Amino acid sequence: MSDTAYDAIVVGAGPAGTAAAITMARAGLKVALLERGEYPGAKNVQGAVLYSRMLHEIVPDFWKSPDAAVERPVVEQKTCITTEDSWITFGYKSLKFLEGVPNCYTIIRVKFDQWFAAQAEAAGAELFCGVTVREVIRKDGRIAGIKTSDGDELEASVVLACDGANSLLAQKAGFIDELKPVEVALGAKEIIALDPKVIEDRFQLNPGEGSAMELFGSVTMGMLGYAFLYTNRESISLGVGCRLSDYQAKGLRPSDHLELLKQHPFIKKMISGGKTLEYSSHLIPEGGYKSMPPLYADGFLVAGDAAQMTNPAYREGSNLAMTAGRLAGETVIEAKKKGDFSGATLSVYAAKLKASYVLQDMEEAKDLEDAVASVPDFLAVYPKLACDVAHLRFCADGVPKKSHLKQAQKIIGQRGLLRVARDLWPLRKVGL
Amino acid sequence: MKPEPKVGMTVEAKLGTLEWKKAPESHISLRDSSPQAPCVVKCQDKPCVTVCPAKVYEWEAEHKKVVVNYENCIECGACRMLCPYDNIICDWPIGGMGVKYKYG
Ligand SMILES: Cc1cc2nc3c(=O)[nH]c(=O)nc-3n(C[C@H](O)[C@H](O)[C@H](O)COP(=O)(O)OP(=O)(O)OC[C@H]3O[C@@H](n4cnc5c(N)ncnc54)[C@H](O)[C@@H]3O)c2cc1C
Repeated sequence: MSDTAYDAIVVGAGPAGTAAAITMARAGLKVALLERGEYPGAKNVQGAVLYSRMLHEIVPDFWKSPDAAVERPVVEQKTCITTEDSWITFGYKSLKFLEGVPNCYTIIRVKFDQWFAAQAEAAGAELFCGVTVREVIRKDGRIAGIKTSDGDELEASVVLACDGANSLLAQKAGFIDELKPVEVALGAKEIIALDPKVIEDRFQLNPGEGSAMELFGSVTMGMLGYAFLYTNRESISLGVGCRLSDYQAKGLRPSDHLELLKQHPFIKKMISGGKTLEYSSHLIPEGGYKSMPPLYADGFLVAGDAAQMTNPAYREGSNLAMTAGRLAGETVIEAKKKGDFSGATLSVYAAKLKASYVLQDMEEAKDLEDAVASVPDFLAVYPKLACDVAHLRFCADGVPKKSHLKQAQKIIGQRGLLRVARDLWPLRKVGL
Repeated sequence: MKPEPKVGMTVEAKLGTLEWKKAPESHISLRDSSPQAPCVVKCQDKPCVTVCPAKVYEWEAEHKKVVVNYENCIECGACRMLCPYDNIICDWPIGGMGVKYKYG
C-alpha cells in the first residue's frame, strides 16, 4: 500500500463502499478502498434483486454496457402465500418495467461486486483486496486512519465504515453495541443451476427476462421472515431470511430450513431438475431506524448495512447502501473543499440522508416489524385463513354458495373481525 | 438440544459446494473453554451448535465440550449474537483468508 496519506479510506467494497469510492475518486480525491475478501464479493451474499435507479445515479446507463454484471431485468413481481398443501399466488407483470431506467435486475453478487469495484478503479480509486481492517486509529480525539490485521497503518482525513451487517469497525470505534438476535435476520440461500429455457418456461418469461417472488406463511415455519425465489440467467436463487432470535428459539439450522422449504410442493416443482451450485449464508440488519448507530463523527462516516440501512418489507438494502455511499462521498468532497473533516461538517451527511428516501422510508417502517412480531401467530394464522377462504371460493361441492359465505364469515369470525382489522392495520404501510 | 431434521442435502453436502483459503489460525475462540464454561454447566439449548449455518460448533458429549471447527466458517457473524452467555469471540479472519464465494 502506498504510504502517502489518503483523503479517504473506505472500508468494504460492497455497494455502499464502492459507491462512495466512485463518487469521491471522480471528484479527484485520493481514495483507498479496502476489502477483506480475496476479491470484491468473496464474502458477500444477497438475494438478489438490485434496483436500477440508485445505480444509474452512480454509473449512468449501466445496463446498456454489454459487460454490466446483471442477470435478468425483472418484469414480474409475485407474492406467494403458503400453507403446507395450498398456496395463493398473485403478481404484477408490466412491460413498463423495461422502459426508461428498467426498474430492477437480478444480480449475482460476486460478479456484480467485481464489476462495480472495477468502476471505482477506473474512476481512480485504489482498490486493495485481502486487507482486513482491525481497528481505527485516533489522533487528537478524531479518527485519523486504520490498522490492518497485518499491523499496517494507513492515514486519511476521513474513514468510511462500509463494512456491512456485522460492522466490527463501528463496534470497535464505540459507535454501536453488539447487535441482538432480534435486530438481525439470518439469510441462507442456494444458487440452483437450471437451463435458461427451462427457467423461461417455468416462470413464463420471454428470453432474457426475469421474475422475482417472495413467499410468506408456512415456508417460514412460524418464524418472522420470508422465502424468495429469483431468476438469474442460468440459475435460480432460492433463499430464506428469518429473525435470528426465531432460529435461536427453534434450534433450526438455516441449511435445514432450506431443505424443508424445498419440500413444499410449489417450490419442489419450480426447482426440479436443478443442481445446487453454491450454498451461502449472511446476516441482514433488520433493527431498522431504531437500531441505527450515530452516522458521523470527527473523521468518520458510517453507511449501508453497517448503519442498519435496510427496508426489509420491500427487500431493499443494496440500493439504500448505494445511495448512502454516494451521499457520504458527496459529503467528503464538500468537507475537502472546506478543509474541515470535523463531525460538524460531516453532519451534512445525515441531513442529506434525511432529505432522501433512505431515512424517510426507514422512519416510516420503523414499527412494522414490531407490530407483526407482537402478534406471535400472525404468520401462521393469516396465510391459513386466506387459503381456507380461497378454498371455499373455488370449490363446487354441491353446497349452496350462500353457505360458503357463511362459512367464510365464520372462519374470520373465529379470529374476531376487530382483531383481524387490528392485526392487519400495520400492513397498510407496505401497501404502496 | 433438538435432534436435526432428516433432510435431502445435509449441511456438510452444502458446505461441499464452497471453497476457502485456509487461515493458519482460528479467528474464533471461546472466552471460557474450561470444564466450568457456561456451555458445559449452564447452556441447555446450545444455539451455536444447532443454528450455525456452517456447523462450526459441535457438542462432544463424551468430552463435555464445544468443539470449534473454524475452517468451516462462512463468516456470517451470527454466533456471537446467538450465544446466550456471550462466550464466543469471533473476529474476521486475517486479510484474504476464509470463505471465497463464487456466486454469493
Ligand atoms: C440473503 C439475503 C438476501 C438479500 N436480498 C436483497 C435484495 O434482494 N435486494 C436488496 O437490495 N438487498 C438485499 N439484501 C441486503 C443487501 O445484501 C445489503 O443491504 C447490501 O449488501 C449492503 O451493502 P453494504 O455495502 O452496506 O454491505 P456489504 O454488501 O455487506 O459489503 C461490506 C463489505 O465490507 C467488507 N468488509 C467487512 N468488514 C471488513 C473489514 N474489517 N475490513 C475490510 N473489509 C471488510 C466485506 O467483505 C464486504 O465486501 C439481502 C441480504 C441477504 C443476506
